[in-house]
Amino acid sequence: MPETRYTKDHEWVRLDGAVATVGITEYAQQALGDLVFVDLPEPGRTVAAGDTCAVVESVKAASDIYAPVAGRVAEVNRAIVEDPSLINRDPDGEGWFFRLEGVTVDNAALMDEAAYKAYLETL
Amino acid sequence: MTDNETELATTPLDSLHRRLGARMVAFAGYAMPLQYGAGIIAEHLHCRAEAALFDVSHMGQASLLGEGAAAALERLVPGDILGLKPGRQRYTLLTDDQGGILDDLMLANLGDRFLLIVNAARKAFDFAHIAAALPASVRLVPHPDQALLALQGPAAARVLARLDPYVEQISFLGVSERTLCGAAAIIARSGYTGEDGFEISLPAEAAERIAAALLAEPEIWPAGLGARDSLRLEAGLCLYGADIDTTTTPIEAGLGWTIGKRRRMAWDFPGAERIRAEQDHGPARLRVGIRPEGRAPARAGTPLLDESGAEVGRVTSGCFSPSLNAPIAMGYVASTHAADGTRLGALVRGKELPSVVAPMPFVPHRYLR
Repeated sequence: MPETRYTKDHEWVRLDGAVATVGITEYAQQALGDLVFVDLPEPGRTVAAGDTCAVVESVKAASDIYAPVAGRVAEVNRAIVEDPSLINRDPDGEGWFFRLEGVTVDNAALMDEAAYKAYLETL
Repeated sequence: MTDNETELATTPLDSLHRRLGARMVAFAGYAMPLQYGAGIIAEHLHCRAEAALFDVSHMGQASLLGEGAAAALERLVPGDILGLKPGRQRYTLLTDDQGGILDDLMLANLGDRFLLIVNAARKAFDFAHIAAALPASVRLVPHPDQALLALQGPAAARVLARLDPYVEQISFLGVSERTLCGAAAIIARSGYTGEDGFEISLPAEAAERIAAALLAEPEIWPAGLGARDSLRLEAGLCLYGADIDTTTTPIEAGLGWTIGKRRRMAWDFPGAERIRAEQDHGPARLRVGIRPEGRAPARAGTPLLDESGAEVGRVTSGCFSPSLNAPIAMGYVASTHAADGTRLGALVRGKELPSVVAPMPFVPHRYLR
C-alpha cells in the first residue's frame, strides 16, 4: 500500500516499497503559476536527499526541485516535458516528475498528510 | 513564498485587487498584483486578443508648470521637448553626464503644463533631480494622489468609447483631458504592451469606480505585473533597472531615436559627448533580441557566449513568450556579435543553449497608425 509523504519544499513523495514517485503539491503549483519548462534528471543518476535534481520554470522565474529521499533515478515523466501545464492541471497525478528506486527514507524529514496540512496553515 | 506587506505602500485599487483574488507581491515599495486567478499566460493572451486592464498607479506622476518648462527639461533629456505639440506625448530619457540613463519616462504636453510619468522605483530620485535643475519660473508638482490605469489590447478603444466616445479620436501618442464617469481624466493613447491602448491618469478617489466600470465590460480582464512584463518583452520594450540603467547609454540601448533632430545638431544635453561619439563611431555593445532554441528561458544575468565559448554579453531580461510559445530574451552583446542571425550560446545552469540574435519586437506592434 503506497503512502504519501510531504516536504517543506512542497513536494510529495509516494513510497511503495523501495520505489518512490515524486511530484509537487497543489500549493506549489499554485504558488509557481503557469509552468512552461521542466528539466528532469538523467535516468540512472544517484541522488541524495536534498539534492537539486529538477528545475521548473514559470513565465517569470525558475525554481529548483529537490530529491525528497535518496535513491537512483529510475524513470522520468516525459509528458510534463512535452506539456508542463500538466503539472498545473494535475500536480498529484499525471503531473508527477520522476521515480526513484533503491530509496532510503529519512522519515524525520518528511511529513504525513495531516502534518503537511498543519504546516500549510502556518504559512 | 509570503511577502512581508507591512511596510508596503498601496495603490488606490488595493482593495479591488484583493476582491478580484490577485496574488500580491512587493514591487518598488508597493503591494502590486502579480496576477489574478486566470494566471499570467491567460492574462497575457487575453490582452493580445481583446483587452486587459493594468493598475500602474505605483508609477510617478508630476506636472511641470511655468514659463520655460520645455527649455528647462531639455537641459536634462536628449528629446525634442520644445517641439512637442500640445496634445502630444513623447518617450524620453533622463541622462547623466557620462551618457548613462537615469530613467525613462513619458512626457505629455497638456497645453498649460507638462505631465511626466516616471518609473516607480525612480520617482523620488527623478523628481529631486528635475526640481534641482529648474529655474525660478518653473515648478515641478508631484501627484501622489493620482492613480494610473493602463487599458491595453485591440478592443481597448472600442470598449473605452462606451464610457467616452471621444477617445476613438485620440491618435497614437495623443493625449487629451477628458471627463470620464464624472472624473477628470488625462487619457493618452499609449502603453507598454505593443498593442493599441490607453493610459488613464485619474484622481485616486475615482480610480476604483472607473476600474470597476471597465472590468464590467466583457472584453476586459484584469492583468497583473507578470503579464505586463511578458507583454513588454515581446514588444521589445526596455524595463528600467534591467535593460537600461546608468551603465547603459541611449545608443547602446538602441534608443538613439529618442534624440531629437535639433538636439543632434546642438549636442547640448547631459552625456552628449559620449553619446555623440557612440553614434558616430558605433558603441562597443548593443542591446539585441535573443531567441534560445528549445523551451528553457534564459533569464537576466545569463552569460552569452560566442562559438569559442568566450563571453560576449549577458541577458538583461528573459521570459517565456506566451504568444510565441517559446523563450525570448534581450541583452547586451559586443557589437561584433549583434547582427540578426548571429549564433550565440546562452549558459543556463551550466548548459549552453543554442540561441540566435533576433530582431525586436518579437511580436509585431499593433499601435494605431
